[in-house]
Amino acid sequence: MKSNSAVNEFVIKFANVNGTGSASANNMFAKAIFRMGIPVSPKNIFPSNIQGLPTWYEVRVSEKGYLGRRGGVDIVLSVNPQSMQEDVADVLPGGYFVYDSTKPLDLRLVRDDINYIGLPLTRICATEYSDPRQRLLFKNVIYVGALAALLDIEFDVLTDIVRSQFKGKDKLIAPNIHALELGHLYATQNFDCPLGIRVKRVDKVGDSILIDGNAACALGAVYAGATVAAWYPITPSTSVVDAYEKYAKRLRIDPGTGKTNFAIVQAEDELSAIGMVIGACWNGARAFTATSGPGVSLMSEFLGLAYFAEVPTVLFDIQRTGPSTGMPTRTQQSDLFAAAYASHGDTKHVLLFPSNPRECFDLAAEAFDLAEQLQTPVIVMSDLDLGMNDNLSAPLSWNDQREYKRGKVLDAEQLEASERFGRYRDIDGDGICYRTIPGTHPSKGAFFTRGSSRDEWAIYTEDGKQYARNMERLLKKWETAKKLVPAPVLRSAGQPTPLGVIYFGTSVDATHEALDYLSNEGIELDGLQILAFPFNDDVVDFIENHDRVYVIEQNRDAQLRSLLMIECDADPKKLVKVLEYDGMPITASKIRSAIKQDLPGPASVTPLRRKAADS
Amino acid sequence: MSYIKPSFRHPEAPTNNIGYTEADYEGALSTLCAGCGHDSISSAIIQACFEMSIEPHTVAKISGIGCSSKTPTYFLGNSHGFNSVHGRMPSVATGANLANRHLTYIGVSGDGDTASIGMGQFSHVVRRNLNMLYIVENNGCYGLTKGQDSATADVGSHSKKGAVNQYQSIDLCALAIQLGADFVARSFSGDKAQLVPLIKAAMSHQGFAFIDVLSPCVTFNNNVGSTKSYEFVREHIQATGTVDFVPMQEEITVSYEEGASQEVCLHDGSVVRLRKNGKDYNLRDRAAALAAATDHAHSGEILTGLLYMDPDTEDLHTLLDTSECALNKMTEAELCPGNQALQKINDSLR
Repeated sequence: MKSNSAVNEFVIKFANVNGTGSASANNMFAKAIFRMGIPVSPKNIFPSNIQGLPTWYEVRVSEKGYLGRRGGVDIVLSVNPQSMQEDVADVLPGGYFVYDSTKPLDLRLVRDDINYIGLPLTRICATEYSDPRQRLLFKNVIYVGALAALLDIEFDVLTDIVRSQFKGKDKLIAPNIHALELGHLYATQNFDCPLGIRVKRVDKVGDSILIDGNAACALGAVYAGATVAAWYPITPSTSVVDAYEKYAKRLRIDPGTGKTNFAIVQAEDELSAIGMVIGACWNGARAFTATSGPGVSLMSEFLGLAYFAEVPTVLFDIQRTGPSTGMPTRTQQSDLFAAAYASHGDTKHVLLFPSNPRECFDLAAEAFDLAEQLQTPVIVMSDLDLGMNDNLSAPLSWNDQREYKRGKVLDAEQLEASERFGRYRDIDGDGICYRTIPGTHPSKGAFFTRGSSRDEWAIYTEDGKQYARNMERLLKKWETAKKLVPAPVLRSAGQPTPLGVIYFGTSVDATHEALDYLSNEGIELDGLQILAFPFNDDVVDFIENHDRVYVIEQNRDAQLRSLLMIECDADPKKLVKVLEYDGMPITASKIRSAIKQDLPGPASVTPLRRKAADS
Repeated sequence: MSYIKPSFRHPEAPTNNIGYTEADYEGALSTLCAGCGHDSISSAIIQACFEMSIEPHTVAKISGIGCSSKTPTYFLGNSHGFNSVHGRMPSVATGANLANRHLTYIGVSGDGDTASIGMGQFSHVVRRNLNMLYIVENNGCYGLTKGQDSATADVGSHSKKGAVNQYQSIDLCALAIQLGADFVARSFSGDKAQLVPLIKAAMSHQGFAFIDVLSPCVTFNNNVGSTKSYEFVREHIQATGTVDFVPMQEEITVSYEEGASQEVCLHDGSVVRLRKNGKDYNLRDRAAALAAATDHAHSGEILTGLLYMDPDTEDLHTLLDTSECALNKMTEAELCPGNQALQKINDSLR
């Protein structure tokens, strides 16, 4: 029977039971690959449950640097009988099924086109350990040791990771290394190691880091000077505020007094969380909240207030599978409508779309500048896949010369020198007015902020003309926003092509990989990564300059495509949906086949390309 | 509304310690119904701020939605105000206070805004002990939507149309005491002599201070059979005693015989004194305060005055241990840890 061979290009999936300590062993595995200089992309596929249900950890190993999901699994490491049937079915022909062989394998699970590697994990643990807790935990470490032998992972790399992981809890180091050795020894003695699928040290990660998107967002907030964080716990956003707290406690303690230069409040609900953020921003602090789809729904009324009253607000939406409770521990890019037009009446909000941790950090910091420059909510649209998984990322960096862009805020001197202050007067013609912070000046600059209509002097009015003028000024501000938000990133095909593809966020890696495959097959497409809403003119031009544009996104209703139609007046016939919405990150193979299927047959592909070549 | 107040001011109008006249604490002309209790409360706030010599621009006024929540426009015109969304004033006030702990925060809400849609936020702002004055202008009905009963309407109270309220009422003072508020008072918009010192004491209290002010709705709930009408309240009011507020600067000159008064010294040096009406009332006894409020309600009477007070309170900033410097005054120097620290973080992630 065929055994697949691959060096540094494969997918391995761990099938575990949640609550058994497998996460830290699996992380150790991914980190070892990373430290051998090989790009790696681990993804947790976990249940909405605390203990006892199936959980998976899928690791893409790719020397070529492909970090999206590929589709298909080469090796399954199975220690969960509950999911064994589907895990066996997952393995690609010629692949490997590594399982706990303490009990004989159910014959129904035997396929003749894959290889089986039995490790008697439970038996080894039972022999070695008497404490049930140790038996449970070390089982995970033992299979990592066995994989090290099977896949040729440098053992020293693993022991270094153990040493740094248990720094300060030194007595745990030796037992963990021993457990690795147990697994390694068993595999070496019983199988031809390494397998055809294996790793080899290369130098392909450079100075990259492994970090989850939520931690990167949190660091962006710390560096951008956010001082107030108000939130309500919800998966998958919780770790944004957890990480903010961790880093703020390290980096934001006043050296003189030991007091905190930040304030974190766990609110009673999402309405309160966003209310606190709006109150703090109104009062001149930088503040943020983090939530997911259900929270965005609850925050909508307040987002409308912040839009209309023009209060800077920063919100991180770590999207998960909706609608309603949906699949709370699965990913999706399905809050675009909810976020872009959150709240009743004519509202629209600035959205930013990071696709990796470096962009999470940069766009998080940018969000605070934009919110204050534009005096409006800015929503950073991450998702569970990016937010909760370790991602290989360019290192974070901060320019120490950078100053916060606080926008048009009048200080006491400016107020003293001014005539009458009009909060909603568009003096500069860009739709953005000057604001004042409470307590600035004894007799000038006070005004009444309200969600009801008002004139340019912030006085309540029900005069329709004044109301309409204000709404039109907000549109002018929206036009200004187009110039301030980050422009999309073009990935040119390098030659003229009538085909284009538009994508954003966690669809980026898989799309780029698919574009490479298609290019190898002679199908060239220009790519455009959207980083922000509102879309600027580059997006409009891109659509105009291509005959057919694929819009890649992870939701059922092609929400980005609809936004392009609404806001860019794009021709719907031109925009082809490529969708994934089963809660799993979109794969390169899905994108590739969707585009290929849509393309006209070989006969007509040629003229398309010829036309491109002629032009 | 486009009413303009006359700008003429008497040249010899008295000024306070910082040189402001009472007119400097006024706001825009009220657009509420003539005789509305809420306007009396606005006027009591103006008088209290004037007498306490608070600089108007160091006050932030925050409200929700409803008749009561409109009133911050009608006092302290030189203060920033924020008319937010229905029932959510506490969260906006919390955020504002976190951003700058050095302003005085006055939250104005109504019985609908607090006891119904805002019940959750009210409860939690009490729990967090936010340093603010929270006033409920309580008229037992929804005025702007034409007189529906609110959750503070008493069982058996008649609406203007003659309908009888069947549902239990929520006693916001009892609730605040139960939730751990350290300053709880009830007053009546028609009793400025009582309300002004209560507002002063509440603003001096370094934590959450709650005043439930019965404030009759002249248009929709001032009828016979209503328990929130001027007539009913005047006839059924009972005070825990007379409250005096003696600011730090003033010497206490009047003394009372032992047992006839109780003095509570605030951390800023000012003193709140309850002159008891011959009754034994202990301001510092939370359980007794709760019992007194409840007992009076059962007997159809309204207990007003200072109900409970504990000046040894720890507000939210104390609990969070935030810096004395207001967070909104901090710059890159205090807030941005710099690239070197970031590179160390990168190293830890390899």
